[in-house]
Amino acid sequence: MPENAVQQAPRHDVLAADSILYLDGVTVSFDGFKALNSLSFIVRPGEMRTIIGPNGAGKTTMMDVITGKTRPDEGTVLYDGNVDLTKHDEAAIANMGIGRKFQKPTVFENLTVFENLELALKGPRGTFAVLLARLMGEQRDRIDAVLGTIRLTDRAHTSAGALSHGQKQWLEIGMLFAQDPRFLMLDEPVAGMTDAETEQTAELLREIARDRSVLVVEHDMEFVRNLDCKVTVLHEGSVLAEGSLAKVQADERVIEVYLGR
Amino acid sequence: MGPITRRLAGLENRKGWTAVLLTVLGFALVVPVLNMALEPGHPLHVPTYVVQLLGKYLCYAMLALALDLVWGFAGALSLGHGAFFALGGYVMGMYLMRQIGDRGVYGNAELPDFMVFLNWDSLPWYWMGFDSFAFTAVMVLIVPGVLAFVFGWLAFRSRITGVYFSIITQAMTYALMLAFFRNEMGFGGNNGLTDFKDILGFSMSRDSTKVGLYVATVLMLAAAYLAARFIVTSRLGRVLLAVRDAESRVRFLGHSVTGAKLFAFVVSAMIAGVAGALYVPQVGIINPSEFSPANSIEIAIWTAVGGRGTLFGPILGAMSVNAAKSFFTGVAPEVWLFFLGSLFVVVTLFLPKGLVGLFGLLKRRQRRAMPKASPTPAPKATEETHA
Repeated sequence: MPENAVQQAPRHDVLAADSILYLDGVTVSFDGFKALNSLSFIVRPGEMRTIIGPNGAGKTTMMDVITGKTRPDEGTVLYDGNVDLTKHDEAAIANMGIGRKFQKPTVFENLTVFENLELALKGPRGTFAVLLARLMGEQRDRIDAVLGTIRLTDRAHTSAGALSHGQKQWLEIGMLFAQDPRFLMLDEPVAGMTDAETEQTAELLREIARDRSVLVVEHDMEFVRNLDCKVTVLHEGSVLAEGSLAKVQADERVIEVYLGR
Repeated sequence: MGPITRRLAGLENRKGWTAVLLTVLGFALVVPVLNMALEPGHPLHVPTYVVQLLGKYLCYAMLALALDLVWGFAGALSLGHGAFFALGGYVMGMYLMRQIGDRGVYGNAELPDFMVFLNWDSLPWYWMGFDSFAFTAVMVLIVPGVLAFVFGWLAFRSRITGVYFSIITQAMTYALMLAFFRNEMGFGGNNGLTDFKDILGFSMSRDSTKVGLYVATVLMLAAAYLAARFIVTSRLGRVLLAVRDAESRVRFLGHSVTGAKLFAFVVSAMIAGVAGALYVPQVGIINPSEFSPANSIEIAIWTAVGGRGTLFGPILGAMSVNAAKSFFTGVAPEVWLFFLGSLFVVVTLFLPKGLVGLFGLLKRRQRRAMPKASPTPAPKATEETHA
């Protein structure tokens, strides 16, 4: 491994220089099963990228590696061209500006909608700083603005557990707004939504993606087509194809493993 | 009232403040007055043994409050909180032993009786400084606090949660019990520390000292309650609740789960230590049985019965369960453990929010019965699911 790293060092500099996320040869195995098998791809700053792939292709593991939940066995994961993400934990990575939206909406059900946003709000995260933190006027305004964007203003003081599924999804997207990340990962953001909700969610996402880099993991082909961005197809833990949706849909191997089914 | 003061108590309205103030005054003033100003024959006279018993219950209440901070709010069920209580008690015991001076059985001004008995010729280094009450008071916080910090840091950093955390805390208190049973430890072994004479110059056999200790306990419990209130109503308190309900999600928001839990655990251990330090002069003895795992489990029962995650509930729970214990062990000692066991089962099955939850339920039902009343706010979401 160390030898490898030395050899690859010059390549990092060139390719990683203009990237927000850089994965090279990332391998993760669970009991001999390779969830990620030498996965490599690059996301440019400001880019929106969609990741598709059948179940077990390694999409969730990939996000776990990027957010520090899982340590890769091998490979390089760089953020912003020079920060080695494998050396940091989830909280540190979140504070660097990487936000993650889970497939199943996970909001804090015993807290109110407002309090959920308050916890997500960008700001000092030290234990004592949080203990003494007071909500300043501008922070309150920021939360109110987010509440408006996610259309939950009138539910601000109800507990998040009482929201509908779609509203929980929006609250989670709202928490990402409040967190104000530079790089955003969304895991099936429209799963389980009605058509109307999907439409509204796509609108919200377009808004949040405007000045950020975004990675979307998605199954819904219609939604992917609407996003209209570069697509990376994962299969058995590595990249099978990359390019526009039209291009990957025409790829023989992609049709075989995924789209053809 | 400024926002800080309001948050200090977490009481948003005058009614809440008045209730807390009246309760504290009731316990701190009325009980001693009824004890000291009235003749023993008077129908309202409160005998000294009742005052002492109340003082003991209030120490337990403080201990349950401490457990609620980590269990009810951070979701970490510590089954070793008796250890922090006992350590605070031992620290106070050491001060009280030094106060005996040459009034011990062996008349040795330099060494406590048990050390003379074991043929020790000098005071061990860790007994130094306990002649001073100020030093002791600091140590009451530091000793449990440092143990909680080291233990909690190792456990939380390694992400030990749920039942595993409960088991290792239980093991911690058991290990300490075995250690304190050893004479070589220098804490009186099996017999512990006892035969105390006076505290801060006041003779401990006098009724006025007993009442003084009781008042001190009321005030310290009030202070601990306000401190805990301050924490749980701060943003950190909401982080703790979030940790309880969805620990890994909190990490992805950039909050330090280890830091938040460690803070709650250390503060909780310190409150438990203070409770132990107030308990020992009131019962007159501290021995290794205070570390027994069963004691720590009982604390969890008080907390559950009162209603965890409410701060006020555990205080109520500790007082009412212990009052029931005093009553049952007096009239029918053989049924007490059955009662305790069934109480725990009933609370777990039917009253997830304990006595406090029961009050809330009755209140809502009453309000629903009255058509004129304003609609009740949405009930809190269902009981959290934590592993």
